[in-house]
Amino acid sequence: MSMFLGSNLRKSWTLHIGVIILLFALQFILPAYHHGNLARIMVLACYAMGYNILFGYTGLLSLGHALFFAAGMYGMSLTVQHLGWSAGPALLAGLAAGFAVALAIGLLALRTAGVAFMIVTLMFAQAGYLAALYFGEYTRGDEGFVIQQSFRQLAGVNLADPTNRYFAALALFAICVVVSLRVVQAGFGRVLVAIRENEERTRMLGYDIHRHKLAAVVLSGTMSAAAGAAYGLLFGYAGATFASVQYSIFPLLWVLLGGAGTILGPFVGTLFMFYLIDLSSELTTAYMLIAGFALVMLTLFAPQGLVGELRRRALRWLP
Amino acid sequence: MTRTTEKPAAENAVTNEAVTNEAVKRPNRRTALKTLAATTALAAAASSMPLFGRYGQVQSSEPIKIGFQVHRTGIGAAYGRWYDRTTKAAVKKINDEGGINGRPVEIVAEDDGTDPKRGAEVVEKMATQHGCDIAFGTLFSHVVIGSAPRAGELKIPYFVVSEGHHVASGMLNRYTLQPGITDVKSQVQAMAPFVNSTLGKKVTMIYPDFAFGHDHRDYFSAAVAAQGGDVVAKIAIPPTETSFTKYFPKIPRNTDVIYHVMVGPAVLTFVKEMGEFFGNSRPEIFGFIDSLEAVDLASPGLEFLEGTYFWEGNPRYAQANQSDYDKAYRKAVGVDANGASVSDPKDVSTYAHMFGCWETLHIVKAGMEASGYAGAGDRAKLIEAVESMTSMPHSYAHPQGAKEFNGKTHQTFGHQYITKVENGRLVLAHTTSIEDTYYPDETDYTKQSF
Repeated sequence: MSMFLGSNLRKSWTLHIGVIILLFALQFILPAYHHGNLARIMVLACYAMGYNILFGYTGLLSLGHALFFAAGMYGMSLTVQHLGWSAGPALLAGLAAGFAVALAIGLLALRTAGVAFMIVTLMFAQAGYLAALYFGEYTRGDEGFVIQQSFRQLAGVNLADPTNRYFAALALFAICVVVSLRVVQAGFGRVLVAIRENEERTRMLGYDIHRHKLAAVVLSGTMSAAAGAAYGLLFGYAGATFASVQYSIFPLLWVLLGGAGTILGPFVGTLFMFYLIDLSSELTTAYMLIAGFALVMLTLFAPQGLVGELRRRALRWLP
Repeated sequence: MTRTTEKPAAENAVTNEAVTNEAVKRPNRRTALKTLAATTALAAAASSMPLFGRYGQVQSSEPIKIGFQVHRTGIGAAYGRWYDRTTKAAVKKINDEGGINGRPVEIVAEDDGTDPKRGAEVVEKMATQHGCDIAFGTLFSHVVIGSAPRAGELKIPYFVVSEGHHVASGMLNRYTLQPGITDVKSQVQAMAPFVNSTLGKKVTMIYPDFAFGHDHRDYFSAAVAAQGGDVVAKIAIPPTETSFTKYFPKIPRNTDVIYHVMVGPAVLTFVKEMGEFFGNSRPEIFGFIDSLEAVDLASPGLEFLEGTYFWEGNPRYAQANQSDYDKAYRKAVGVDANGASVSDPKDVSTYAHMFGCWETLHIVKAGMEASGYAGAGDRAKLIEAVESMTSMPHSYAHPQGAKEFNGKTHQTFGHQYITKVENGRLVLAHTTSIEDTYYPDETDYTKQSF
């Protein structure tokens, strides 16, 4: 039995490290456009992975994750813009902002469950969005502001350069993959899955449900904030659009498409959705209709998402 | 390291193969044909690949590709529709007149969903996938600000038609220019003399509580103070508001003029409720047409606007003093004398803004011709050529009026129009001078390197 588990563990690490190596290799062969896209997709996939920890593994559906993404983005960009911080400390400020906001929201929102949790997270995110508009003096509200190239240097590395940007995105992506894998393989992650499957039974087994859920919210929020901070730093812009409700829906869609409760699902979903919109918007202005149709089809024929379906049909060991 | 450095490798490969073949073998018809076939195959392969060879053919009759970042969907869709029509009309005119440097102009349009993230992606796509010479045409400020950093990094000239103050404020970069439309700061401050001298000294401002509204609040308050007037109340309305009745009692009784800049679908409710509040005894009212672009003034609820004043970038209704240039421009775009589509009188244009696309494309043409633009390698020369422009006289290329371009701030300055609603039409009441729109430079982009 343990040998069986061990071999699954090995397979899973091999696969995920293989994906990271593949992404590393792609840097050298991708044409410029797709190279830039992939850097963006990797950062957004980190956002989706953060979302997945809460939704996919813990079974808590949040409709307000844009708040965490924006907390990271503003935590980073406002300290650069108004306090003149350099990229390193600013990134940490973004992470800290995400951590603090997630802790506060977790403490409040986890007093509710089910539909109420969705609504409470949605409302908090909306409040965050409106706060970004209200404090326009600092945030420039909906218009947003540019993070100047001179500030986008991390340890002497110019993040505005396409190659550096790609590697920075890959590094963040690799960290998020490894953290997610470790969490899922650890006892903590198993308890999260147990909560998702049967909260009452898990409670009966003696686990502190609230503390586990709170930790999941904080981890999920902080990972989303890391993506938000990195996005602002790598692409040079911060604005309230990223705090709006559609940016709360995106990670849900990406995770659903790719496969909730799988490590690579969020990445696959983000990649799929990006190119679906990119290609279909060349054909029609009703590209969201195409995206919606794809989502309906997937829900009908692959309800567990692309990677989830792969796990169901072939690779049962996929984490 | 930039990724375009791989481009010459493809060209070298082609030449190297030819050179090797020539050097090693004595040329005869068969080897010559072989070489030719190999070279052609390589060239064909190279040009069909997205990265390699895209810029291989520069000095030729290949079209000049202009990437058009258009708001086809999202909140800017009504503007986008008319920016699209104006752009097509301008390109048709330019091509009919022989194109740019003898080359035809081709528009590569991409929808940005009026979203800053997608906007940046679209600019990347134009630069690296479509091989566009320039990117152009963005209106909404958040899309411009989200996209401009990428345009600067990709070193693709980015001609925006946004009227935001972002360009002249120095926030953006050397590759971003706004030569075809004036910015909000100059528009707003140029209104103050007319409002104060003609409508009254005590002004109450009603504006949406986000960046666009805050710009109006700050620039107009300062300009009114400079005129000896007084902003007696500043009423910020949260963007989620759908009913405005509770805000009207906040308007001080001594108000001479209400200055309003509400935007979005709620504007109809706003006007209707303001009418219900004031009845027959209202102060003077002045607004920015932005709220009513693409909206028919005959829409139910807008009757209350009769006798009120509007800023218009370009008067929607053909005026008594209409220039031949405006007549020709209107005809080319397909707009009737009421500012609506010639094919559908209900389809009202965004006349106060869309001329910016027309004028910008003519400036691009002038800049490319002045710099002898031949391909992506001449992008810096194109920007320098535009930066060196100054006066742009009223003409068919500039139907809105004369302009003065400031090469340092990358921003143009021009006349502003104030119209009055009379019998449901906007009738010209005042034209500002260009000087009214000036303010001190806030940046000098020419000091930035390429």
